[in-house]
Amino acid sequence: MLIINSPVEEIIEINRHIYLLKVFSPQLTSIIKPGQFLNIRVTERVYPLLRRPFSVCDVEGNHLYLMFNILGEGTNILAHKPIGSDLDILGPLGNGFNLDGDYETAVIVAGGLGAAPFPYLTRKLKGMKNILSFIGGRTKDDVITYNLKNVKEASDDGSLGFRGNVVQLLNQNLELLKAKKIKMFACGPTVMLRALKEFCLKNDFECEASTECAMACGFGICQGCPIESTTESDRYLLVCKDGPVFNIKDVVI
Amino acid sequence: MSNVDLSVKIGSLTLRNPIMLASGTVGYGNEMAEFTDLNKLGGIVTKSLSLKPRKGNPPQRIVETPAGMLNAIGLANVGVEVFLKEKIPFLRQFDVPLICNIAASTIDEYVECTRILTTEDTIKAFEINVSCPNVKEGGLSFGNDLNSVARITEKVRAVTDKAIIIKLSPNVSYIAEFAKAVKENGADAVSAINTLVGAAFNIFTRKPKIHNVTGGLSGPAIKPVAIAKVLEISRQVDIPIIGIGGIMDWKDVIEFMIAGSSAVQIGTLNFIDPSAPGKIVNQLEEHCIKNGIEKISSLIASYQL
Repeated sequence: MLIINSPVEEIIEINRHIYLLKVFSPQLTSIIKPGQFLNIRVTERVYPLLRRPFSVCDVEGNHLYLMFNILGEGTNILAHKPIGSDLDILGPLGNGFNLDGDYETAVIVAGGLGAAPFPYLTRKLKGMKNILSFIGGRTKDDVITYNLKNVKEASDDGSLGFRGNVVQLLNQNLELLKAKKIKMFACGPTVMLRALKEFCLKNDFECEASTECAMACGFGICQGCPIESTTESDRYLLVCKDGPVFNIKDVVI
Repeated sequence: MSNVDLSVKIGSLTLRNPIMLASGTVGYGNEMAEFTDLNKLGGIVTKSLSLKPRKGNPPQRIVETPAGMLNAIGLANVGVEVFLKEKIPFLRQFDVPLICNIAASTIDEYVECTRILTTEDTIKAFEINVSCPNVKEGGLSFGNDLNSVARITEKVRAVTDKAIIIKLSPNVSYIAEFAKAVKENGADAVSAINTLVGAAFNIFTRKPKIHNVTGGLSGPAIKPVAIAKVLEISRQVDIPIIGIGGIMDWKDVIEFMIAGSSAVQIGTLNFIDPSAPGKIVNQLEEHCIKNGIEKISSLIASYQL
């Protein structure tokens, strides 16, 4: 874990309201893994007070990318960071995805901004595994396919690709998935992960899911981000330290 | 090396400087040690310990508010036994006073925790949490009841020779009365303040933003309240005060000391910048050098009203 100031190089709007922020940070790019996250202090003032967690979106040489939308004051400040200014980053945090395993095809499943960690995962898996990406969102503007491979899209309103949610789209492709040796990597809203868990349990698919919870510190001291375990009933796991990536079977979603 | 004396006294305990880390913001030390040299600090206070492990509250436990945050962790902790077995070995390697914070649902539980922990040499003092706002067990809220706070102090005093610090609730009308009661019953010091009870709603779902409905407010938003409470105690009761509440930098530390604090605890800031406590120690020293302050303890209760 480091606390480091990294200069902002570029801020790009890749979808409507979806931004990509590029920083130069060789110290972080050399150690960070897909699925890990960074806790960013957007201002030195007392409002917003706490850091904001973002999963690493992509790494390209010494450059690191974060993906976000403007949700409140913190992300608004972030979207307007002057180019060349320093970004106060704490990280890398959390465990990240486990890319190993006896599988041939990585199946990426994401809803909305849940797509954020997968460009980096896709990059790391290149040449090692086949990749299939199932990406959903409410409307075509929320379906984020930036730097992903072999994408099948779903939108709730039918404005792009399959009309319906991403788990329904998976279900439609069940025979295809069953014919392959797969491992799923997922991130998205709780309702999506809940439906996905049911789908995976029913069809006996292995799945690692990146979870989310409000947190203050991001490294275990505030105890603010509990998640219920399916195996241990006497204590909670922490999203920041024990996760944010869990085997979907191991946590109550 | 300068000749500035940063040391302060909390009853029988001498701290090398006034900077302590507040309970519940430092875990059991291991994560913080990656960012701040614990040996540089005045003291560290553990996460509240209870006799048995506690799972704590379900999510959501935390929400940010203007210049502050609400938390309702619910005293999640490993319990006294696991603490001694698994956490003390790590903490033992540091040369920094370790203060154990104790939380309980009954007076007997406070006594039993203290009795067990006092045998461990690494532990130099106890901070008794009579004021956690987030635990409802038994319907008791000791922190608001003068008699309960006095009785807990008296009973805990009877089972340990180590320094006892009572962590006071700000959610009372006259905090000085509580400070007076704990002094009369043998406490060495008080820490003030614990969090203020607060709540926040989502205006669209009309649901509370944290599962426990109410939580403890901390951060810079509460600093003026904390300063006023420290001052109130300082003017009325002769007892060392450890000031807590929204400290964000070295200037806040000086302000707390002027208002009557012998030492301070840094809390919420640890979540934002875990390297800050060590830096603040350096900055305090610089301030003393620049301003010709030979002993930082000369600032304590130096208010000019």
